[in-house]
Order: sequence, then structure tokens, then C-alpha cells
Amino acid sequence: MESLTDDEVRYVARLANLHLTDEEVGKYRDQLTGILAHVQSLQEIDTSGVEPTGHATESTTVLRGDASEQPLEREEVLGNAPAVSGEFIRVRAVLD
Amino acid sequence: MVTRVSRPSDIHFLPAHEIRKMLDSRDLSSAELARSTLARIAEVDEELNAVLKTIEDGALAMADEADMRLRGSGPEPGPLTGIPVLVKDNMSTAGTETTAASKILSGYVPPFDAEVVSRLKDAGAVIVGKGNLDEFAMGSSNEHSAFGHVNNPWDTSRVPGGSSGGAAAAVAAGECAAALGSDTGGSIRQPAALCGVVGMKPTYGLVSRYGLIAFASSLDQIGPITRDVRDCADVLNAIASHDSKDSTSVAAPFEDFGEKLSNDLDGMRLGVPQEYLVEGIEPGVRSAFEESLEVLRSLGATIEETSLPLTDQALAVYYIIAPSEASANLSRYDGVKYGSAADDGLNAAEFSQHTRGEMFGDEVKRRILIGTYALSAGYYDAYYKKAQQVRTLIRQEFTEAFTRFDALVTPTSPSIAFKTGARMNDPLQMYLADVCTIPVNIAGLPGISVPAGFSEEMPVGLQVIGPQFGDPTVLQVAHAYEQATDWHRTHPPI
Repeated sequence: MESLTDDEVRYVARLANLHLTDEEVGKYRDQLTGILAHVQSLQEIDTSGVEPTGHATESTTVLRGDASEQPLEREEVLGNAPAVSGEFIRVRAVLD
Repeated sequence: MVTRVSRPSDIHFLPAHEIRKMLDSRDLSSAELARSTLARIAEVDEELNAVLKTIEDGALAMADEADMRLRGSGPEPGPLTGIPVLVKDNMSTAGTETTAASKILSGYVPPFDAEVVSRLKDAGAVIVGKGNLDEFAMGSSNEHSAFGHVNNPWDTSRVPGGSSGGAAAAVAAGECAAALGSDTGGSIRQPAALCGVVGMKPTYGLVSRYGLIAFASSLDQIGPITRDVRDCADVLNAIASHDSKDSTSVAAPFEDFGEKLSNDLDGMRLGVPQEYLVEGIEPGVRSAFEESLEVLRSLGATIEETSLPLTDQALAVYYIIAPSEASANLSRYDGVKYGSAADDGLNAAEFSQHTRGEMFGDEVKRRILIGTYALSAGYYDAYYKKAQQVRTLIRQEFTEAFTRFDALVTPTSPSIAFKTGARMNDPLQMYLADVCTIPVNIAGLPGISVPAGFSEEMPVGLQVIGPQFGDPTVLQVAHAYEQATDWHRTHPPI
């Protein structure tokens, strides 16, 4: 398989919401190319008509009883946020 | 057979069920044991870095409570009452910082306990601290921790394995009597093998993942790291449950994980898949494995070679499925709701990109990138879907093998613990450390590693794999083997 390009690595990093330095782009380009070449071996296996496995054990959806439970206290949740304003988590402006 | 000098009088190296007898006979109180365990951590952990944090006040309070139970007040004591336990730091502990060894969760204090932590507390265990790990449990050497690598207590120039390296090293070095690890591709069994202790990944779903910081949800499973197989069954009995907070959890179809423990294996049919013994296995590991087959035969088991041709493909399946699920699970870390954040002065998009770029370590970024690539438009069918289809074929291959065998036996790792730094610049070489353990997660099976001798004076593990919900059989084989050998009674010179 062909080597990934720097632009492809930058594109994937943007999808992953991940800032990379130029040095990292070069390093991951080479390492990802190697790892993706390794997993190419799967393409040789005939999987026509084979159902994909999401979870290895059989499980069925179970609904719990419709009973109310005590949620976490607001202070406990806000206590972990890096920036808080009153009763709210503070975020950066999304629109200028 | 080499038998190393053991100091059975030293409580720090006794299995939990033997410590428990001392607590019962009042030769020792849980409070004394907790204090002496915390002192042991203070003594040896500077050299090992296995413990990220001790929970001193909490441990002493839990020990006092355990002593009350042992003296007859409160709920009936169980096998873990008063026993010092370490919990890998990717399991949430209410009121105690939980980081998954990542800078991005530095300072995060969960407001709730993981289900396994609640269940340990109910059992009366004394939680002494949090175990070091590879960041978000991604790694095979514990070198990918944001808070420093862990050293192997048998030779501190070597890795303990990973990702539950802290938990395994701590049990081996007498810093706790038992520990909880998590296993996505071998992260309990491989470090247990490399540190000379017992580690088990139960059948997927038997232990609730509620409060476990998610890595790859269809593969992650919590399990015990202990000094012997009896303790392993006792810890599983305490932590396994159907939990309405984890929709993938299931109730065990048996009463007691230890219900089949015995000292013989009459009529047991064991298969040895040849694919686990070929490429890259070290000669010392191979000869230790062959000796362990002799022991199993002498106990009455029949042993037959078999073949699982898709074994080689399991690694490729894993390195698509695990990073794909990780890239989704880790998208929640954006510096807004919890943990650490980048400095100010950026707009919203830059802020989360920089937080993630600065706070995630090298291996975590690599896996997020692989996973995002495999799930991205145009590649989904070729990678993720293809891997899930091959996953089906791997499951079928195991299912077929278990029509002929009660269990499979293999080496746990193709190599002994390698030198710190030796594989850090070659991620593919690092991934190969898990080649014997990954197929078990792919198929959702139970697997255990028990100490099985030494190569170059470093521990080697024997892996026993069973069919889904065959956990008692896996424990039975491991226990009979262990009781016929002395390996579990040896401990490192630290």
C-alpha cells in the first residue's frame, strides 16, 4: 500500500479534533503507514456473506424499571470542570 | 525443577486466603495489616513506581470496619474482608483522583465509585491505592504512563508488561495482596506473566464496566491479579455481577468461580494451538511451556496439538477494532467538562484541539489517528467492517476447537519482560507482545495466566483459555497446575 501523505495525516487529525505539530505529522505519517500495511493482510481473507461481530457475547437489550434515581449533585459535577461560572460550565465562544 | 527460596513467614508475600486465616485467628488485625502494607509501599515503590497514589486515611478506616466485621459486628465477613487491594487507576474511586495515567485527566476526582470498587467495599476489602498503567490502558509495557514508567520487581531494568503493569508489579512485590486490572488485549494476563503472578480476564460481560474509563468497549474487561488461583476465584466471586448500569454485563451461569478447583485433571482434554508456538517465541519461554505440558499430563489431562489458522489475523483485527472504539470513546476529552485544559486565548475549536494535542501522550494520539482513519468515509468497509467480519471467523474457529477440547493452553507471552526502552521506537514490535493474548479478547473468552517457571531468571506465564462462560474450567486447570508446582510461592528479591 502507498504511504500516507502529510495532508492525509492532517486531515485525519482534524477529524479527530487533535492538534499535531509538524514534527508529529511526519512521525505519525510513517508509523501509520507501517501499521496500516500490517493490517492489509485482512484483505486476503474471504468474508463474503460473513456477519460482522460487534460484541463477542450474545446480549439482548434489557430495559430497567421506570423508577427515578438520585442523580449526582450539581456541585459534584461542576467541581471537576476546569472553568465554571456560577451554576454553569464556562466554554469558549463558538460564534464571534 | 528450580525452586527458589521463599519466606512464607513474611505476610506481604502470602496469598490472601492465608492472610485471611491469620485475621480469623486474631494473629493479625486488618488495621495492623493495612499499616504494614502502606509501609511496604513506602519502602519499595520509589524503585518500582507501581502505585500512583495511596489512599491512607480511607484504607485505615476500611481496615477498622473490616476488623469490626471480623469480630462479629456488621455484615458477615467474606474471603476479602480485611485484605489490602490495589485498583488500577482507570477505575473510578469516589473522592480519590482517577487519571488513567493521562495528563488530560490530571486532577479529575470522580463523584462516584466504579461498580467493581463498590463491590470490593461491600466485600470488606481494604483499598490501599491506585495502580499505575499505560495511559488509558494503551500499551504493553507500562512505559506509556504520563506519570513515569513502572519497573519490574524481578529486574528493575526491565518493564513489568502492560497495561496493568503497576497492579502486577505491586502484587509481585508485596505492595498489596491482590489487585484489579483491566484487559483489552492482554493487559491483565501479559503483565501477570512478566511479573510472576496470576492474572485473569473473565468472559466478556461477567464483570460490570460501569466506572471503568473506557478504552475499547467491546473488548474491555476487568479482572483480578493475585498470588494464586484460589485468590483469583475469590476476587471474581466478589466483583462479578449483572449490573443495570452496564448493558453488556451478564449474570454468571454458575454459582462459584471456584466450584471446580481440585488437584487433578482426570479426563481433561487440552488443546495446544500450534500457531502460538511459531514465530518469535523465545527458546526459554518455549522450554518452560513444554515442561508445563508435562506437568499437566502427569495430572491426568490429555494433550493434543491443534490448529487455529486465523491466530495471526487476530492482531490485525485488534489494531483496527481497538483504536476505532478508542477514537470514539476518547472524543469526550475536550478540556471542558473535566480534567486539564490548554491555556486560554484560543477560540472554541482551537481550544479543544490544543487541549487534546498537548495532554494526550504519543501512543494515545497514534491510536486515535489509526481509529479515526479506519472509521473515516471511504475506509469504513475496508477496515472496521472487514475486521468485524474476521472477528466472526475467529470466534467460529474457537467455537469449533471447544467442541474437541475443554480448554486450550499456550504461553501467555512469546518473550520474558524486555528492557525498558527497547521497543519504544517501534510500535509494531511493541504490539507483538500481545500476540498470544489478543485472540481471547476478540472472541470474548476467559483466559488466565499462571506462573510457569523462569527463563533468564525472569518469570514465564502459562495461559489457559476456555469457552465463553467456561471460567470455572479455566480456573480448574490453572489451579491443578499451580498446586503441582512451586512457582506461585516464589517472589522477587525486592
